[in-house]
Amino acid sequence: MSAPAPAPVRTLADVASRRPHRRAVGPEGERPSLAFRVVAGVILLVGTIYFLMPVYWLVVASTKTTTQLYSTPGFEFAQNHLWDNLTTLTQYDGGIFWRWLLNSGIYSGVGSILMAAISVLTGYALAIYRFRGRSALIGIVMGSMLVPQTVLAQPVYLLVVELGLNNTYWGVLLPSIVYPFGVLLAFVFAQQAIPREVIEAARLDGAGELRTFLSIGVRMMIPGSVTILLFAFIGSWNSYLLPLLVLNDARLMPITVGLAGWNQASITIPGLQSLTVVGAMVSVLPIVLVFVVLQRYWKNGLALSGGRF
Amino acid sequence: MAPYLLSLPFVALFTVFMAAPILVAVWSSLFRVRRSGLGLGGNEGTEFVGLDNYVLALGRPEFVESFGRVLLYGMVQVPIMLGLALLFALLFDSAVTRFKPFFQLVVFLPYAVPTVVAALLWGFLYQPGVSPLVEWLAGLGVDAQFLAPGTVLWSIANIGVWSYTGINMIIIYSALQAVPRDVYEAARLDGAGELRTALSIKIPMVAPAIFLTVLFSIIGNLQLFNEPAVIRSITSNVTATYTPNMSIYQATTVGGNANLGAAMAVIVGIVTLVVSVLASRASNRGTKGAL
Repeated sequence: MSAPAPAPVRTLADVASRRPHRRAVGPEGERPSLAFRVVAGVILLVGTIYFLMPVYWLVVASTKTTTQLYSTPGFEFAQNHLWDNLTTLTQYDGGIFWRWLLNSGIYSGVGSILMAAISVLTGYALAIYRFRGRSALIGIVMGSMLVPQTVLAQPVYLLVVELGLNNTYWGVLLPSIVYPFGVLLAFVFAQQAIPREVIEAARLDGAGELRTFLSIGVRMMIPGSVTILLFAFIGSWNSYLLPLLVLNDARLMPITVGLAGWNQASITIPGLQSLTVVGAMVSVLPIVLVFVVLQRYWKNGLALSGGRF
Repeated sequence: MAPYLLSLPFVALFTVFMAAPILVAVWSSLFRVRRSGLGLGGNEGTEFVGLDNYVLALGRPEFVESFGRVLLYGMVQVPIMLGLALLFALLFDSAVTRFKPFFQLVVFLPYAVPTVVAALLWGFLYQPGVSPLVEWLAGLGVDAQFLAPGTVLWSIANIGVWSYTGINMIIIYSALQAVPRDVYEAARLDGAGELRTALSIKIPMVAPAIFLTVLFSIIGNLQLFNEPAVIRSITSNVTATYTPNMSIYQATTVGGNANLGAAMAVIVGIVTLVVSVLASRASNRGTKGAL
């Protein structure tokens, strides 16, 4: 399972060479040959099994007791203990699990709204105005995209300690709000979504800069900002190393740190294994739902930028 | 005034939480905590030690080896992941019409699962006793050992492939969709087959997007932490200093030497910078040749 595909380039060549007909440009175009459709279908089927298998296992496993995890076939449902597991999850350690989920919601929810707002402000400024320092600012944004959050985690931790913010909500929340990728997305969105003539017209009508921004800029950038919000949210929901360094108090931890801690402890505390599994499922569900509902934003949002970033 | 006010929040936060930490790290890497007497008397402030922490870090074989490990990891994981991402992107761009939204969602969905949780999940699927995979392979007569010294690195790489193929597929797919359709039409009229179109037109046209995914994947892999840190709790074949970032964490927390950790972080930062510059040079040469 460690190498999910045999040499991908070969596979691609195989696929294409077995494809005597190609689809013409319009939707009414020629359909690909049967052989090609079979190969494409097999690739998609194998892909679907690979990408969904762990998620399916998670759903099945979350209905089992720790004993059943070891004694029943992994991909088959046994007696349903989902409700018991959820009850135990809720009661364990004074309901700490829900506290973690709430913390993650605060870190990612508040954080991503701030990230998106700040990105929209900066992106709008870069797209609409020509000002001194503009190219330096673009340079900073591009350059800092090459600096991953993880390599900064330890230095940020040192700084957070200096500021006396370690083991607080702020110590995790504030550093995560710098989001250069969001600024870049907002810049590209603003360039494409806001015609300069509209801005000029608003100014001629006597609207101030603030009014123009609020009534035109913000409104036209709303679809783009949902995309930024989505990626910002996922990014901070994923965050692990920084909160691991900054927080000692279990009541402040996000779900990633909490669950990883349970997983580690489950070696010595047997019942924790099934709690880790149920906890993982409960924590993943809301995000998956958000993804399904907001499909057009992660697809079209990135398409809008034309792969230019 | 307006553009400065608008970009002020970003610039302020950038200064405090990106620029300042780098300075703090460099500064702190030049000091060490002075201990009094036999090391029992507690801390007595810090003293300047120049580059001693860097010498100390680079003198640790496990720290230097961890770079080799993530490099090897990247050389295998990046081509597999991006090959798959490109394959799916090309399929979605030309061939797959039925159920396309469903399949795209399936490929992208793992991105919604935090890597820590992804590592937890795959960890269960690697463990003998719990894993239906191990059981199934045993039924076929294969003794699968996902967590053995020689295989655990690739089992971790698989988690990376599973998590990040989707986002890379979306980036390449978006770039493919942005190519004007009449370019393909022209190629088709010239008698180019689908394979030729893919290799000679589509892939070169989206080369900048592919390069970007390569660059971010290389940078991301140098930062490898979450997956091995989680897998470490189920096998002793992942050491506490398995990747550069795990070394930094180890030195800062258990090792109790934040100054050494800072020096290591600066080293990782410099290596990342050098590797990205080299990668973009190589790509400039590569794309020129292809176009």
